[in-house]
Amino acid sequence: MGMIAIAIARIHNLFAVVMLTGIFSLLGAAAYVIMDAVDVAFTEAAVGAGISTVLMLGTLALTTSEEKPSPKKNVVGALIVVTITGAVLIYGTLDMPHYGDPLAPVHQHVADRYIGQSGTEVGLPNVVTSVLASYRGYDTLGETYVIFIAAIGVLAILGRVRFPRRREEDIAEDDAQKTPDETARETGA
Amino acid sequence: MAFPGLLNYWLIIGLMMIGFYIVIAHGNLIKKIVGLNVFQVSVFLLYITMGKVEGGTAPILAEGITAYSNPLPHVLILTAIVVGVATTSLGLALVVRIRNAYGSIEEDELDVQDDRP
Repeated sequence: MGMIAIAIARIHNLFAVVMLTGIFSLLGAAAYVIMDAVDVAFTEAAVGAGISTVLMLGTLALTTSEEKPSPKKNVVGALIVVTITGAVLIYGTLDMPHYGDPLAPVHQHVADRYIGQSGTEVGLPNVVTSVLASYRGYDTLGETYVIFIAAIGVLAILGRVRFPRRREEDIAEDDAQKTPDETARETGA
Repeated sequence: MAFPGLLNYWLIIGLMMIGFYIVIAHGNLIKKIVGLNVFQVSVFLLYITMGKVEGGTAPILAEGITAYSNPLPHVLILTAIVVGVATTSLGLALVVRIRNAYGSIEEDELDVQDDRP
């Protein structure tokens, strides 16, 4: 995944970048399966690798698919900021519980109850579904609100835009630059 | 230190920083959104590694299994993935709108058109 991420950072062809993002999401989904999060892997493969990629391809179709290389001073400054942030974050992980530790604080509170009781309280074998739809149902309701608001936002932003306008302007500009001679030749043909 | 110990966090921080770098170093708006996506996926991975229990299986109740991974981070991240797509689509819509208004999606060209250095 690291290699794909670096490739995404280096490549300037946006079409390749979008495809690599899809692959990145798919590798992420594989990592979730390894870490026992099968439901998350489903969602990531369908939504992250599928819908996101389609949305980005749509955007590429409406905009451009080549990126200009970034100026040098940007790169150096960004590298310094990123290195410092990464070092601070790694310092922060030194107190974290080790990978797979069953005594980690995350596992000490409600998770036991969810695993122990949800079978009888909700009646579904899949604990993730029980928590999502029953114990934390309001979370899911809020999530649907977010999607609804995002849809309204997209419609508000793009609803009144006439996409061909850009091209008409380009053609108009091209026409303005042409000599009368050329125009005459075109209309004649 | 038992393998992988804290290595999982460090790998994820590496990914996260690549995403962060893409966001701040590149002027192309689509590239910035891709960088945000990379960052997002690494945050998801961070949560999921915290939910993993040694010797546990996926949290689906079955006979004869006693150790399950923690389902709570899974639920939070399921919600986060969907919200992430919502924000991505909103960002991409803004990019399309900017392209329509300015004819470019490079940050420096937009600055020039706005008369800023």
